[in-house]
Amino acid sequence: MNMILNWLGSLPGAAAQGLVYGLAAVGIYITYKILDIADLTVDGSICTGAAVCAVMVTSGINIWIAMLCALIAGMLTGLITGWFHTFFGIPAILSGILTQLMLWSVNLLIMSGPQIPIMRFKYGDKVLFTSEASDVYRAIVILAVFIAVVIAILYWFFGTEFGSTLRATGNNLEMSRAQGINTNLTKVFGLALSNGIVALAGALLAQQQGVAEINMGRGAIVTGLAAIIIGEALCPKLITNFYLRLLCVVGGSIIYWFVFQTIVFIGLPNELLKMLSAIVVACFLGAPYVKKIYFSKKKKARGGKHA
Amino acid sequence: MLEIKDIYKTFNEGTVNEKKVFEGLSLTLKEGDFVTVIGGNGAGKSTMLNIVAGAYPADDGSITIDGVDVTRLPEHKRAKYIGRVFQDPRMGTATDMWVEENMAIADRRGMRRGLRWSITNKDRESYKEALAQLDLGLEDRLSTKMGLLSGGQRQAVTLLMATMKKPKLLLLDEHTAALDPKTAAKVLEITDKLINENNLTALMVTHNMRDAIAHGNRLIMMNAGKIIIDVSGEEKKKLTVESLLAAFSKASGAEFASDRALLS
Repeated sequence: MNMILNWLGSLPGAAAQGLVYGLAAVGIYITYKILDIADLTVDGSICTGAAVCAVMVTSGINIWIAMLCALIAGMLTGLITGWFHTFFGIPAILSGILTQLMLWSVNLLIMSGPQIPIMRFKYGDKVLFTSEASDVYRAIVILAVFIAVVIAILYWFFGTEFGSTLRATGNNLEMSRAQGINTNLTKVFGLALSNGIVALAGALLAQQQGVAEINMGRGAIVTGLAAIIIGEALCPKLITNFYLRLLCVVGGSIIYWFVFQTIVFIGLPNELLKMLSAIVVACFLGAPYVKKIYFSKKKKARGGKHA
Repeated sequence: MLEIKDIYKTFNEGTVNEKKVFEGLSLTLKEGDFVTVIGGNGAGKSTMLNIVAGAYPADDGSITIDGVDVTRLPEHKRAKYIGRVFQDPRMGTATDMWVEENMAIADRRGMRRGLRWSITNKDRESYKEALAQLDLGLEDRLSTKMGLLSGGQRQAVTLLMATMKKPKLLLLDEHTAALDPKTAAKVLEITDKLINENNLTALMVTHNMRDAIAHGNRLIMMNAGKIIIDVSGEEKKKLTVESLLAAFSKASGAEFASDRALLS
């Protein structure tokens, strides 16, 4: 009985966590779903956002300015990946890995060490919310507002002339160029936008955890993909509305963290979670292929007739 | 309108797969010329179109469109002057975007794209009108995903997209080859209509000799990277498949090597 109560008591914390990573997943959605690029910069840029925000707020700078700077820093990381990819012609996935590795050093430099705690007693009234349990509902409300604003801005942006060229780029590169779209520009911009949002999520994560540390965000891309995949599974195919799809992604992220919390309660060691999420994501990503190759009887029959 | 001057192009230079496609190809189109291009496999028809469009650069030579030297312009900047339709119906449109969204993108070819809303109600009306002209019932399907249309419908919309912002030059790369004969005929009819109405300058590659003879005001035949036959005006009107094949053998000293062209 006690255990169930404890479990229920942990859910608001998991929801807050889910919302933070949900915002990151919205950023990842831009590259993974719209631009059709698997961008590994994310694992580094989420920590960059946290680091910039923590350094600035602990040196007495206003939290809103600190978060704006985190957003800009994140956009710069995306810009670097974009340059690697478009200017030097390095494959997108490798470009992301290179930036991510660079960011490991950069993040250590920003923080002048492996971590910066945002002490409650010192900075509690300077941040939007703290890691304190009593702050959890406040955190949930603020995070929900952030997500609503970001989704509203993205909804507007992808409906504009320039925004729709990003969608076309991810959809059909040849067509986009033939229609006069500078696909290098759209890719770089999309990567910058995505990592800006991810870094903003990182800045919120630092406040929610009360610390920015170098290992933050390791595996964030997989967590984000898991959220997207769960979100797509949740979201009926009929829903084509862009902002509803993004809301589903945020919902996916919350579910992911509920499951995480449950696993922790069952007593499974925390260390296993990353492995489990990687396996789950691998299964979902692989399912369409496996279905096509191994379970498609029609195809085999047709092949036989022609042979 | 279009001047292709002394183009050289070699693929895989310095390897065993080296293929010299062009060694000094030149071709000039007058304003309003509708040129059909025919030739055997590997003659360089598609390569010529791709070099004009800027999909890949020429090793040497120059491309001038309406007096503007575009040789050094990247593909997306040349798009300002050029409308294109590809062989594969999937290539000309964005599958996951709506018909009207695709058209809105084409509507701003060569223009600055800012943060204005991409489709207004006024746009929608004009897209509807344009689609109605195709006579395929597409005017009621503005918010259908492009990927749900048939190959012929997609080619027709792609044609519309290539011409709605009047291009200086229209490039058609075997755009009916992937369609069944009936649909191909319909798409060709639309092609003729759009070219005539807008008085466009066009290059149409086709593998079908009859189509090449029936359409346009000038016909060129290519072989091994060279233009070996170039007829226009009255002389073109008298062409038949047989006379064309005979002319090909005479000019190239070989049999015409494209089963596709002979069978269809």
